[in-house]
Amino acid sequence: MEKLKDSLKRVNLPRLIIILFFLFIVLLAYVNDINVNSYIGSTIKYWGMWGILVLAMVPSIKCGIGPNFGISLGIVCGLLGSLLAIEFGITDMFNAIIPGLGPWAAIIFAMISSAFFAWFVGVAYGKILNSVKGSEMTVTTYIGYSFIYLMCIVWFRAPFTNSEIKWPIGASGVRNSLSMDSSFGGVLNDFLGFSLGGEGGVYIPTGLVIFFLLCCLVIFLYFRSKSGMAMTAAGSNPSFARANGIDVDKMRIKGIAISTVLGAIGIVVYTQGFGILQAYTAPLQMGFQCVAAILIGGATTSKAKISHVIIGTFLFQGLLMFTPPVSNKLLAGTDISDTMRQIIQNGVILYALTKAKGGSSNEE
Amino acid sequence: MKNNTEKKISFGSYAKNVLFKNKVIILFTVLCIGCIAASNTSLNYIASEVFSRFGRNACLVLALIIPCLAGLGMNFGIVVGAIAAQIAIFFVVHWGFTGIGGFMLCALFATPMAILFGWLLGILFNKTKGSEMITGLVLGFFADGVYRLFTLYIIGGLIPYDDPNLLDRGFGLRNAFDLSDSIKYALDDISFVTVFRILMLFIIVVQLINIVFGSKKNMTVDKKESMGKIIASAIGLVLSFVLMAVPGISAMIGGTRLILSDTLRIAMIVYLLSLVIRKFALKRDITKDKLVKTAVLTAAVLALSYIPAIRDILKSVSISACTYAVICLFCFFNNWILDTKLGQDMRTVGQNRIVAGSAGINVDKIRITATCISTVLAAWGQLIYLQNLGTFNTVQQQSNVGLYAVAALLVGGASVQKANNRQAIIGVVLFHTLFVVAPLAATQIIGDSAISEYIRMFICYGVIAVSLAMHAWKKKDKKVVKKTAGDEENTDAVKSVIWP
Amino acid sequence: MSSEYVVKMDNISKEFSGNKVLKNVSLQVKPGEIHALMGENGAGKSTLMNILFGMPAIWNTGGYEGTIEIDGKPVKIDSPQKAMECGIGMVHQEFMLIPGFTATENIKLGREVTTPTVASAILGKSLEELDRRTMAKDARRAMDTIGLGIDENTMVGGLPVGYMQFIEIAREIDKTGMKLLIFDEPTAVLTESEAERLLRTMKVIAGKGIAIIFITHRIDEVIEVADSITILRDGTFIDRLETKDTTAAKIAEMMIGRKVEKLVDNAGGDRKLDKDDIILKLRDYHVDMPGETVRGVDLDVIRGEILGIGGLAGQGKIGIPNGIQGLYETSGTIEFDGERIDPEKLGDALSKHMVFVSEDRKGVGLLLEESIEQNIIFTATQVENKFMKKVGFFTQYDAAAAKKHAEDMIKELDIRCVGPEQLVGSLSGGNQQKVCLARALTLAPKLLVVSEPTRGIDIGAKKLVLELLVKLNRENGMTIIVVSSELNELRSLSDRIAIVSDGKISGILKPEDSDADFGLAMSGVKVGGADNGEA
Repeated sequence: MEKLKDSLKRVNLPRLIIILFFLFIVLLAYVNDINVNSYIGSTIKYWGMWGILVLAMVPSIKCGIGPNFGISLGIVCGLLGSLLAIEFGITDMFNAIIPGLGPWAAIIFAMISSAFFAWFVGVAYGKILNSVKGSEMTVTTYIGYSFIYLMCIVWFRAPFTNSEIKWPIGASGVRNSLSMDSSFGGVLNDFLGFSLGGEGGVYIPTGLVIFFLLCCLVIFLYFRSKSGMAMTAAGSNPSFARANGIDVDKMRIKGIAISTVLGAIGIVVYTQGFGILQAYTAPLQMGFQCVAAILIGGATTSKAKISHVIIGTFLFQGLLMFTPPVSNKLLAGTDISDTMRQIIQNGVILYALTKAKGGSSNEE
Repeated sequence: MKNNTEKKISFGSYAKNVLFKNKVIILFTVLCIGCIAASNTSLNYIASEVFSRFGRNACLVLALIIPCLAGLGMNFGIVVGAIAAQIAIFFVVHWGFTGIGGFMLCALFATPMAILFGWLLGILFNKTKGSEMITGLVLGFFADGVYRLFTLYIIGGLIPYDDPNLLDRGFGLRNAFDLSDSIKYALDDISFVTVFRILMLFIIVVQLINIVFGSKKNMTVDKKESMGKIIASAIGLVLSFVLMAVPGISAMIGGTRLILSDTLRIAMIVYLLSLVIRKFALKRDITKDKLVKTAVLTAAVLALSYIPAIRDILKSVSISACTYAVICLFCFFNNWILDTKLGQDMRTVGQNRIVAGSAGINVDKIRITATCISTVLAAWGQLIYLQNLGTFNTVQQQSNVGLYAVAALLVGGASVQKANNRQAIIGVVLFHTLFVVAPLAATQIIGDSAISEYIRMFICYGVIAVSLAMHAWKKKDKKVVKKTAGDEENTDAVKSVIWP
Repeated sequence: MSSEYVVKMDNISKEFSGNKVLKNVSLQVKPGEIHALMGENGAGKSTLMNILFGMPAIWNTGGYEGTIEIDGKPVKIDSPQKAMECGIGMVHQEFMLIPGFTATENIKLGREVTTPTVASAILGKSLEELDRRTMAKDARRAMDTIGLGIDENTMVGGLPVGYMQFIEIAREIDKTGMKLLIFDEPTAVLTESEAERLLRTMKVIAGKGIAIIFITHRIDEVIEVADSITILRDGTFIDRLETKDTTAAKIAEMMIGRKVEKLVDNAGGDRKLDKDDIILKLRDYHVDMPGETVRGVDLDVIRGEILGIGGLAGQGKIGIPNGIQGLYETSGTIEFDGERIDPEKLGDALSKHMVFVSEDRKGVGLLLEESIEQNIIFTATQVENKFMKKVGFFTQYDAAAAKKHAEDMIKELDIRCVGPEQLVGSLSGGNQQKVCLARALTLAPKLLVVSEPTRGIDIGAKKLVLELLVKLNRENGMTIIVVSSELNELRSLSDRIAIVSDGKISGILKPEDSDADFGLAMSGVKVGGADNGEA
């Protein structure tokens, strides 16, 4: 009896509910003659697109800061890198050398440059967070929000000259949304992409999936290195880490910087998959979505694994992909999916907050 | 010479201290003045905008004070109070109630809902002690989602709501909800004289209860004083009827709006009168000095109001007597509750839960009570907001309630642990001035107003982020100070002073 | 007269999960008497007081046996509220004060004076208004009683620690019907002059007929103020005596006295200790560890010895190793094996092979949610890059080597577990301690510092851990410092024992020295002894 109770306690309730709900929705889709294959395809696509952004939660949770609601800092850096790649016309430049090389050069340029910005932003961000220990989650959220609006002002007046970026009228500024077709849109998605089961089957964006899994592998390996092990220890027991000669503050800075870099790379990958770059307020809620995804995967505010990323992102995106067609069929042309995303996403975060131990920041 | 410099230094450090304490307010005042200067807009317009926004928003901000003092931080969860208000409106409007009756019904309806929501929110806060703010924020989003589900899919679907004017595609409410035929201006349109009469009646009733039941319930009642109050109120009541017979005055105090200059005069008269009554009738301890000072101050304010530029503004701006009275009521309520046993318990819990628990205070219950009070006040605040606005976005109106209210309170110089009415009032004024003038200034400077929305939001979030970070940072600082206070040597100097 | 005593506790016994911490203890206090309750750490003083005060910690663990009489009437005190109703008050060691409140508000905390209003008549008592004037008057009266001259409207936050204590006392005094006041080590946080003042105040309070139970370990204070004394040792009642019939040395002996079971034969073995061969030298060494401050220690540790560091809790013995490890701020010099150690540099001591096993096993010593293997090898990976291999640019964890080492350690130290993968959090205290030792040994230490090695471990495991330490010393020649509050333990295995009192070394004794010597040293009286003792 005790054992039963114990194992019940250990089961991650939200994950269980979401798995059941997901299966239920897929079943409904199947029953209602919805083209399941194409939605599985888009689930896989969005899984790969979101994956790295969600992966960015791992280092920040592991180093003891908790879910990085301020991932928008990394996202903004990634957008900046992508915009620079377009502005400098990297695609055309390299296409002129070897046709077909352009998009690859552009995306690599975007990733490297944005990772570069993100590292510095992340280190500064980490320093701030070290001075607000105990209230990281609240502070990260608001720093993330205000940074996005700050960057909105910047985007609005940024001196870009490339006509792809500029507003059609006016001298400068970034458009609300701009197409990535002429730069690196879809370059990973289409790489070795194929349709499983022939025409009308499930489309597998091989390049994207490989890249995502590669990133997972790198992070996995990192946490088996000396520095990664030190970071894990610093996060799970700071006093222990200190007693073993580890500078906890430095580890936290490193963790959040890596998280920010992953956020930057993640949005570059997302943008190439989405085909449209959205600056301005689009990334506002992305942080919450990433946090929710990893929590659905089974992470808590103090523990996370790579597997949580992989499972959580798939479940969450799968649910979001399948709901619109199903609700459309059942509820006479309405799309309930955004409302549902809001409820699930925030419900999962709330659940995790109530389960988080501590909350001692208000105590003396 | 030496003495002189010393004095100067101490004055300098005093001034520095005052400046430092009010740094947030000063910063935003400067920002506001800068924007006003840059906006190239008439002060009349700005003033009337700010006054009407103040009337709309002040109550929502005042709803944040109690949970803040109870240690719950900035209650982003007031969103649920706003939701309660909106749900109440759906039904009251649907049933066809209008005017002040409809408004009161909305309040009546929203209150139990707000208490229920507040109770649930309080339980949630108790489960996430220490991270209430992020919880409140996420809960706001969550409640938003549930509310959207409710308004878009359930109303008219599961819950019968048969109002073709407001339903979209057979179920789910339309995007915008129009109140112009129901409760728009329900509160705003009540005249000053009505408010005054209600107040007088209220005083009479309370004092009567005091006299009748006082001895039964162990209350220490000064019967003479109560009788005096009743008589004074009765005189006031009679006076109001007399004054209404005078044509000029009846227009002034009997209309739906009160001109600002009149308001100022009335306020001055009332204040002086109350001071005199307190001094001579109630024999309260008020020094002559204070009386003189007040008289001079009043005269100065009145004199200032005759300066043409200021007179113009005062004449052009009108406010709603009742709404402003309600704002005062909220302020009084906050002060009153903090002076009760319950309020003291809340402050104790806010300062230190462990000590509070050991003093026999039920910490969790007090926290829930504080959350409930805040939620109910927020619900009423949202009703006041909506009756003034007259129309609202069915799905999204409540989303930013918490954000704006919190930002306003912080702009007023409040911190996560300390807030008061004064900060709330100053905060609302500054924040909404900025809200009005920032876009105008942006248009003037940049030639494009689109950017102003970003500036606004950046200010909102930036203010919150900075003050949260400062709070966390200060908390760490405090710990260090505490440690040095525990050091032995530095206490010896103090000792000789304190020990008899 | 119904009863001679205010409080009479008879045959009190208490068990914590099978562990008897109090055995038939009795305590009697007369009205207006200052009664000292004495004993070492763990003698059962606080448990006894918790029983008297009805703390939930007692009732959640199955209550107690025995009877309590207040004024001759048997009572059952099952909550602090009940205790207060009975007229028992407690001045806590850590202050239950709110810095942001005035003295008045703190004194009347939770017991505010209120007046009913219309609203409270309708909506309930909690809406009654505060009567601040009466509250201030009450507070003033209470503060005057104990001679505290500060303004009742002063914010407590800015006051020196000593005054906070007095405000606590004022709060207790202000309660109506106060008969008995418990002071839990009240002088521990006070300066000397403040402590003196407190003692005088206690006499004033007692003069008003309120009985006082005074928990302390400072014998001089007891001699000064107490009328009578109850001494506990290991949860048993030793004696109740009148202060005038006894001496400091006698009290000290009663507190400590018990048989020491030797784990080692000091004379035996072919160990040769060269007392000029110093491995660790501390000079004017200070550590700013809250609650365990070290205030200027000079200490030499001889290569190859087992040095015990003892003393009562809060006196600073635990601060010594923690400071060396760099966990708290230090000053003074630390010289280890001819090299200076810089505690500012995290991990400096570790990299020079001085390894510390923390007293806070769960907080500092272990990663509870990681495996045994991880816990054993972790420090070595960080300090010495052991169990790591190079793979391209990365260093990677060498799982195979680590596992092998962990298995070896498990076998060598006899750690009872399922295997190296088992999570440390699920091990028993003794086995956890062995994991801590295993991690330390992985670093091949020249000097092993073990803090409170047997805290929270059951008796059987205690002996195993201590024997392991002796074995390491005798067979591997490892120098070991053992810091422990259990004097007996130290006497059973050490070559020399340094006693810390008030942040300083009050004496270095031989294990064979008399109980009285140890007792006096622990209560801060400087004693001679085996200063550079031949071992």
